[in-house]
Amino acid sequence: MNPVNYLYLAALLFTIGAAGVLIRRNAIVVFMCVELMLNACNLAFVTFSRMHGNLDGQIIAFFTMVVAAAEVVVGLAIIVSLFRSRHSASVDDASLMKL
Amino acid sequence: MENLIALLVAAPLLGAAVLLCGGRRLDRAGHWLGTLLAAASFVVAVVLFTDMLGKGAEDRALHQKLFSWIPVEGFQADVAFQLDQLSMTFVLLITGVGTLIHIYSIGYMEHDERRRRFFGYLNLFLAAMLILVIADNYLLLYVGWEGVGLASYLLIGFWQHKPSAATAAKKAFLVNRVGDMGLSIAIMLMFTTFGTFAYGPVLEATGETSEGKLTAIGLMLLLAACGKSAQVPLQSWLGDAMEGPTPVSALIHAATMVTAGVYLIVRSGAIFNAAPDAQMVVVVVGAVTLIFGAIVGCAKDDIKKALAGSTMSQIGYMILAAGLGPIGYVFAIMHLVTHGFFKAGLFLGAGSVMHGMNDEVDMRKYGGLRKYMPVTFVTFGLGYLAIIGFPGLSGFFSKDKIIEAAFAKGGTEGWILGSVALLGAAITAFYMTRVMLMTFFGEERWRRTATPSPDAPDVEPAAETRGEHAEPHPHESPKSMTIPMIVLAFGSVFAGGFFSIGDRFLHWLEPVTGHDHGDAPIGASTVTAATMVALVIGVAIAWAMYGRKPVPVAAPRGSLLTRAARRDLLQDDFNHVVLVRGGEHLTRSLVYVDHTLVDGVVNGTAASMGGLSGRLRKLQNGYARSYAVSMFGGTAVLIAATLLMRAV
Repeated sequence: MNPVNYLYLAALLFTIGAAGVLIRRNAIVVFMCVELMLNACNLAFVTFSRMHGNLDGQIIAFFTMVVAAAEVVVGLAIIVSLFRSRHSASVDDASLMKL
Repeated sequence: MENLIALLVAAPLLGAAVLLCGGRRLDRAGHWLGTLLAAASFVVAVVLFTDMLGKGAEDRALHQKLFSWIPVEGFQADVAFQLDQLSMTFVLLITGVGTLIHIYSIGYMEHDERRRRFFGYLNLFLAAMLILVIADNYLLLYVGWEGVGLASYLLIGFWQHKPSAATAAKKAFLVNRVGDMGLSIAIMLMFTTFGTFAYGPVLEATGETSEGKLTAIGLMLLLAACGKSAQVPLQSWLGDAMEGPTPVSALIHAATMVTAGVYLIVRSGAIFNAAPDAQMVVVVVGAVTLIFGAIVGCAKDDIKKALAGSTMSQIGYMILAAGLGPIGYVFAIMHLVTHGFFKAGLFLGAGSVMHGMNDEVDMRKYGGLRKYMPVTFVTFGLGYLAIIGFPGLSGFFSKDKIIEAAFAKGGTEGWILGSVALLGAAITAFYMTRVMLMTFFGEERWRRTATPSPDAPDVEPAAETRGEHAEPHPHESPKSMTIPMIVLAFGSVFAGGFFSIGDRFLHWLEPVTGHDHGDAPIGASTVTAATMVALVIGVAIAWAMYGRKPVPVAAPRGSLLTRAARRDLLQDDFNHVVLVRGGEHLTRSLVYVDHTLVDGVVNGTAASMGGLSGRLRKLQNGYARSYAVSMFGGTAVLIAATLLMRAV
């Protein structure tokens, strides 16, 4: 199979993720979309690794996973505490930082 | 001997401190204390002088360093005195004439309840003037320069209850301030050019300095001299300064302080010698003032203001001589000394006349006073003969030398300057004869019954009603006033001859100022003859106008020139229109520019920044998703740009 197809898939996934981040209000969904974007990147890295025949992309994919795992820990904690205090998971409700 | 120099200053300074801080308990003896300390200073001066005479010409200069005033790395200001022949001449003149005028003031100010304060100020003046002439650097000279300015201000405004006196004091102070700026700029220039302002190093280093810098320093020094010595264009204060008590006019505004400018130029001779352009300006200022003052002196009816015009004119002679360079320095100082004698004597005589005439100053209300004031008449008369240059008297020798030196400048320049000086001599003879005739000769116009002469045009009624006082009873002044006048008259008669015979004064000053004979196109005897002709013409015209026919009590309208001269040749109008109005317009337009342009730029920047940030603020709406949009958008743009750059 032509590896370029994987890149198309990665781009599609990234776009879906980005659109989700911009459009959806639920913090959990937004968070999931962010994860989707990260994984789209991972897919692209791995694909490039395959295309160029070296392991650099795969190593970076592992790093990304580690960072994503850490991000999930912090991000979920924020979302949970936000939900506790405001009884809402909408990102638009947390708009106190405007002028 | 060096240690005595500080004593010269210390004595009058102590007097000023005691008299001004001592309070009313000194009222009864204060004037004696002031006079005694002035006399003490004179005695010290004489002791130093005799000591100096005993030494050879080259090692006569004494030097005394009191203390370091501002000891900073690279900036050494000392309080140190230098007494050479030039300073010595001034010290003798200042303390000598000063002591005489202290004695005179005892009588003149007898009925003034603030006499103690007056003597305090006089002592303060003496101290400051002595610092000015014996300082060994320009910074200390500046201290004395400001000190005499302060004393002059205090004494002109001594009768401050008169608004005219208060205004005159302020005017003198302000005009002097312009000159003082010149001096301070000159000192700063000296420091940046030579790295010091002591006389020795500065005057020796003029050889290696560019002419442009020296010209700038010279012109600034000239500005200072113009302010202090009432030379055009800063001359306007001297006439009004006559509001002060007459002894002040005699001491400060005739004999000593106003000659400080001449001292400054002669002292800085090395600078002017190396800057011919500045020297040229000095000569022009001197020549213009010489004629200017003389014309003003011709038209004034106020005896003191006529003498003030004369002072201005005579100092014009000195400045002219000082501007001639080594040809004239010695003669400038010689005329300064003889002028100190006869002009102080004339002012004291005028004060004596006023003393006997209920403080009337209008010469048109004098007349025929010679019978009532014989001593004043004789001393004033001798001063008069001296100033017009009557052969054998002081003014004859000193003025003649200046006219000779002016011719000796050489070329067309010499001819012009010489002719101006000769013309000045004729006008001097005219206005002084006028003063003399109006005061001591003719009808007794002060008598109430005196009928105005028939040929007097329209007598103003105000002139009659203004004489609200009783008819004055002219009388001779007390001994304390006449004795100084007699001493000064002696000086007026003999000083010139004493200085000139055997060129004594020339040999005395030459080691300090240098001397050069120049090349005179005409012989000395021709100059003397021409001066005599000018003198006779001046006296004859004055006699024809004021001696032969009676003087009207009310001033006639006079020609355009006379009317202008009565208003000091429109100097105040000129200052008002050009400087006051001009200054107002300048400040107004500057304020306008400041408000519109400068403030406009600042305020405009602030306003546009405010408007821009107001718009930008709307982007900060607190919604995380909109931030995400801008982030995505920005990234997309960046990536697109990068790709585009690659493609190109």
